[in-house]
Amino acid sequence: MSNAHSGAAGNGPAAGPAGSAAIQNRPAAPATGESSGSGPGPAPSGGPGSGPERRQSLSQRGLPRWAPAGFAAAGIVIGVAVGAGAGLQSRVQWGLIAVVAFLVISYAVTSAVENSRQAKDRLATSVVWVCFILAVIPLFSLLWVTVSRGMKVLDPYFLSHSMAGVPSSQAGGGVYHALIGTLEQVGIATVIATPIGLLTAVYLVEYGKGALAKAVTFFVDVMTGIPSIVAGLFILAIMLMGKIEPSGLMGSLALAILMMPVVVRSTEEMLKLVPNELREAALALGVPKWRMILKVVLPTAIGGITTGVMLAIARIAGETAPIILLVFGSQLINSNPFEGAQSSLPFYIYEQYKAGEVASIDRAWAAALVLIAFVMILNLVARGIARWKAPKTGR
Amino acid sequence: MAKRIDVSGLSAFYGSHRAIDDISMTVEPRSVTAFIGPSGCGKSTFLRTLNRMHEVTPGGRVEGKVLLDDENLYGSNVDPVAVRRTVGMVFQRPNPFPTMSIYDNVAAGLRLNGKYGKSRLNEIVEKSLKGANLWNEVKDRLNKPGSGLSGGQQQRLCIARAIAVEPDVLLMDEPCSALDPISTLAIEDLIGELKERFTIVIVTHNMQQAARVSDRTAFFNLAAVGQPGKLIEIDETERIFANPSVQATEDYISGRFG
Repeated sequence: MSNAHSGAAGNGPAAGPAGSAAIQNRPAAPATGESSGSGPGPAPSGGPGSGPERRQSLSQRGLPRWAPAGFAAAGIVIGVAVGAGAGLQSRVQWGLIAVVAFLVISYAVTSAVENSRQAKDRLATSVVWVCFILAVIPLFSLLWVTVSRGMKVLDPYFLSHSMAGVPSSQAGGGVYHALIGTLEQVGIATVIATPIGLLTAVYLVEYGKGALAKAVTFFVDVMTGIPSIVAGLFILAIMLMGKIEPSGLMGSLALAILMMPVVVRSTEEMLKLVPNELREAALALGVPKWRMILKVVLPTAIGGITTGVMLAIARIAGETAPIILLVFGSQLINSNPFEGAQSSLPFYIYEQYKAGEVASIDRAWAAALVLIAFVMILNLVARGIARWKAPKTGR
Repeated sequence: MAKRIDVSGLSAFYGSHRAIDDISMTVEPRSVTAFIGPSGCGKSTFLRTLNRMHEVTPGGRVEGKVLLDDENLYGSNVDPVAVRRTVGMVFQRPNPFPTMSIYDNVAAGLRLNGKYGKSRLNEIVEKSLKGANLWNEVKDRLNKPGSGLSGGQQQRLCIARAIAVEPDVLLMDEPCSALDPISTLAIEDLIGELKERFTIVIVTHNMQQAARVSDRTAFFNLAAVGQPGKLIEIDETERIFANPSVQATEDYISGRFG
């Protein structure tokens, strides 16, 4: 005990010089900040900074809350005025001028009214907003164009009829055969790729160590980068060697190759997020490892895994190249994916657009809308499952 | 039930780093043994070697013998899963399974290990929750998620989960370090009750806690950072705190350390 006391006492003198140095510094502060005229109060503690007259209070002059909106409006006005005044043709140039004006105004006004730290903050916020709007503009214009042009022919008839006997120049016909093809091909690809991808991810996270795991990770990364046409050519080579006719199944195999690495990657990330404590808790109860993975790790991560699988499905639902090579395309309803040519939504869009007639281009837009709706519904379903299955925290 | 543990010449490694060196001790059945010592001296590592959890950590490796009533846990034909069923563990941070309800959390060890009838399961869950002094607080919301309980309740839920599988030994790795004094008191009382049925080993940084709950206390220390931890002495708790035979123990307990 006495030792501990002497230690504490020893700290006293040690702290001493620093403290006295601080005291010696203090008289200097009011000397430099003399003009502030503040007496012996708390002012010296904030002393050495620049602008002592502003530091006396914690509050400061601020811009009103609508200021960013005002800057944006001013920026747009300047953009339009300069653009129109200089006779610039391109609206893109107007927009760029508006953006630059907006950024300059918000920085300049904020640094004049508030201070340079607030101005930097405002500048960063403005840049983030500009980038956000730049990212959202193409998305919304794409959705808008697709919906407005696709709604023209999209009706129950379009969804329930094929193109059998409909010349491309005439209105009528529908997307039914392509919808069936997409559902079946994507479904089979999912059934093949999801278990393989899931188990690979479980291996990598729970069991894999050493050279084999590294090799698997490397090849998964390589597979992520495979262009879809290459996957198609790979299956085509097998078909030519085995003298196999084109069918939906062949397309599904190529799609499965594309889907697998995406499933592995997303599942791996989700499994890594499961806290190790849960694994140890299960093991310490005397649970075998495989049951721990099945009953504790996978259920905890199931929400994220589902989202990953759905995103992978969304990715392959839009693939065209392997379908052209391997499924061949058809105008007729063929609900058997194992025999004969089929169509699919992306292939249908390509085919109708290439025909170049007014009616067929309308059909292409409507099919594009159907495809977007299909992917969007899948995403909503995935979000629903993720929310439903997520670990509950409520009291 | 309640088996004796005999450790002889035990060393544990992380890869090539020797974390604890040549530890021998006896843990008496139906008693509480506390491990104290500075951070990093290998108390937790040693605790985890007692139910073969150490080898779960990547690179974890053990040399030496741990006899549980004359059966070597590190024998060549011993299944680590069977060991962990016999020697349960409660961790520092409460870790209920987030996807499971309170009921399922307690039943997890049983369900994941084999088949039990519904009424038998109900019985065990109730008995375990009562054993962990949690039954009255949760009996109306057994189907609510376990993560909705307070920290102290969660820790008692984890204790209920550990005792539901009826182990012979219960290892506790700083079970109160994340809890407030009232929850700590609840768990200390619980430890006092549980020692009637189990052999209990508890790691703690709280000297008063060791003095309050344990019958015997072991003091661990390490020569320097990076050196392996060693057992300095193990004795009756009163002797360790009143009159230890090694100077280092007295220095540590009286706060004169380092």
